[in-house]
Amino acid sequence: MTTQKYPVGQHPNLPPPNNTVGVLFWLKENMFNGVLNSILTLFSFYVIITLLPPLLKWAIIYADWTGDSKDACTKDGACWVFIRVWFDQLLYGRYPSDSIWRINLSYVIAIVAAIPLFFSAVPKKIKLVLAAFLLVVYPIICFYLYYGGGFGLEVVETPRWGGLFLTLVIAVSGIVLSLPLGILLALGRRSNMPVIKSFCVVFIEFWRGIPLITVLFMASVMFPLFVPESLSPDKLLRVLVGVILFSSAYMAEVVRGGLQAIPKGQYEAAAALGLNYPKSMILIILPQALKMVIPGIVNTFIGLFKDTTLVLIIGLFDLLGMAQLAATNPNWLGFTVEGYVFAAVGFFVFCFSMSSYSQHLERVLNTGHRN
Amino acid sequence: MTDQTKSSTPAKPPFWRDPDKRALVFQGVFLLLVVVVLFTLIRNTMLNLEARGISSGFGFLETSTGFKIAETLIPYDESSSFFTAFLVGLLNTIKVSVIGVFLATILGFIMGVARLSKNWLVARLSAVYVDTLRNIPLLLQLFFWYFAVLRPLKNPKQADNFFDIIFLSNRGLYGPKPIFEDGSGLILFALIAAIVGIIVLRIWAKKRMENTGERFPVFYTSLGLIIGLPLLALIGTGFPVSWDIPELKGFNFRGGMVMTPEFSALVFALSIYTSSFIAEIVRAGIMSVDKGQTEAAYSLGLKPSWTTRLVIIPQAMRVIIPPLTSQYLNLTKNSSLAAAIAYPDLVSIFAGTALNQTGQAVEIMGMTLAVYLFLSLTISSLMNWYNASKALVER
Repeated sequence: MTTQKYPVGQHPNLPPPNNTVGVLFWLKENMFNGVLNSILTLFSFYVIITLLPPLLKWAIIYADWTGDSKDACTKDGACWVFIRVWFDQLLYGRYPSDSIWRINLSYVIAIVAAIPLFFSAVPKKIKLVLAAFLLVVYPIICFYLYYGGGFGLEVVETPRWGGLFLTLVIAVSGIVLSLPLGILLALGRRSNMPVIKSFCVVFIEFWRGIPLITVLFMASVMFPLFVPESLSPDKLLRVLVGVILFSSAYMAEVVRGGLQAIPKGQYEAAAALGLNYPKSMILIILPQALKMVIPGIVNTFIGLFKDTTLVLIIGLFDLLGMAQLAATNPNWLGFTVEGYVFAAVGFFVFCFSMSSYSQHLERVLNTGHRN
Repeated sequence: MTDQTKSSTPAKPPFWRDPDKRALVFQGVFLLLVVVVLFTLIRNTMLNLEARGISSGFGFLETSTGFKIAETLIPYDESSSFFTAFLVGLLNTIKVSVIGVFLATILGFIMGVARLSKNWLVARLSAVYVDTLRNIPLLLQLFFWYFAVLRPLKNPKQADNFFDIIFLSNRGLYGPKPIFEDGSGLILFALIAAIVGIIVLRIWAKKRMENTGERFPVFYTSLGLIIGLPLLALIGTGFPVSWDIPELKGFNFRGGMVMTPEFSALVFALSIYTSSFIAEIVRAGIMSVDKGQTEAAYSLGLKPSWTTRLVIIPQAMRVIIPPLTSQYLNLTKNSSLAAAIAYPDLVSIFAGTALNQTGQAVEIMGMTLAVYLFLSLTISSLMNWYNASKALVER
């Protein structure tokens, strides 16, 4: 056997040895390297094979897609006709169908105004204006669009609000309004003044210690006792107050985490520049602290978004509530699972995209301190 | 520079510039505000209660309830007092929470470790499990288990029959219940002795390891003790245990032990939902241990299983425990969702049924909130104590 000689530096790149490439090698290395791993792999295959084909058969192959009544569902699989018929109610509750454009319009405004915020090419000034619009002007527009009673719009009482729309209203207003309250509570908890500090500690620990459902019970049973009888606030408003107080406590803890992470030098530098307390907080500390805790805020929002389903226990019909209501309709009995699957997919899409975004933010904001 | 700066003492600032005095004024105003708000709320409540003719006070706790409760851990019937109903609810809440925490921890640790597995398929499956279940609301999962899985089971007459002793139907899972007869006290005694023995063994084994470096198979010995001693006692006393086997009578089963669909749905939903969060916590904890630790352990000659048990897990636990605590707290608080499927927990019975019957909103909500606050503070202080005992002792 002769070995071919190459001049120094001229040796061609050889392919990797045959037993270290290809699908089989990958399988062996990743799934069958050892007895335990092989057993685990086979077990996983077994799980997939028992779960996936029946699921696909039920959801797609043997499912009914067309029709407009229960009679159209003749096959063994899922009856997506049910979702098709109840689609508007699942998304908008019992909102009058000729006014649904008002809700859609608000969605469009929000999306159009929010999209530029996600692009780094957009100048900062435009971003600021848009953010201010979304936080200050937009809620007012929404109130008039949803409730009506001005600009020639018909009044739609809150008991008719429902579906995904109600979920979004409660979650978004809960988070937007609880943020400022949470910041104040977090600052209060770190304050040197004993009265303010102890008040904030008690407030935060109280709301964090009780389940949301008792908060909602309080909103529906006790809130009417707390205010004069002449003033009987709307149920949705009472729930919103409860949700805002509840999530502000969680928000306060998130913000406190950010405040604690700011090095002491920043506080001292702000004081050395002669800034008073509000100025040093607004100009120096909070911008840094809030930027740091954006992922935490998003996570709180996801939690709140999922927790809004609880309002159905006190008789407001959010996305899950509408699915439940539709499934108990005498004409549509027996389609519980379809309704749940639809609601689950809805919640999953929102929550999963938000959590992916927050993980992305964590990577972007986490600049350089770790390997 | 002259000594001008040295000699001139700064003039005393006017009182509105003095931070201490300003703080006093500020706090005074704040306190006044809080008192005024509280006073208004209390006054409104008194007026409203008076207008509705509801007398306040805890006298109602003595009166009998008049409603039934499906599952009780302590004796209860319609003539029992509201206070007994309160205890029934509280015990049911604690029962669900303890079992839920136990199952969620096991499931969560398995899933968290599986997600870090080098086996591609196992890691993917566990990722799908975690990402799906984390992003679907707990109430939806609870409804799924209850209304879509457990309620549509067959009725008791066509119940699924396992060996004529276990029956699964839409009334729950019925199984045989052990009845301890005379002389079975020894078994309990043996169990207690086994637990004490295990604790002593652990302390001894740890001391021995610190002194000599030799390890003792604590886990297998403990397992042997906790199974072997009661078994020995059982044989020694001649099996003084008989089984109460459920029987179909009328429309439902009688006798035996039962896991109602409400209870099972709640435990399934709570433990599966929470396990997906625990899995992420465990994963983050294990990933937080530097790779150098593993390499150092290997270079000291520790075998892989010891490296995991003695080097990785103790360090990961420090990162895992604080968020794990808050998950346990969440699970306890989330057990109140029982109200949605009528499992008789504290919120469902006391803040629901009892409140509707008596109208004593303030007292009942006050007691309910106090219980949850107490549970929260207890769990978090227990966990803080555990955390402190595991924390890194630094210079």
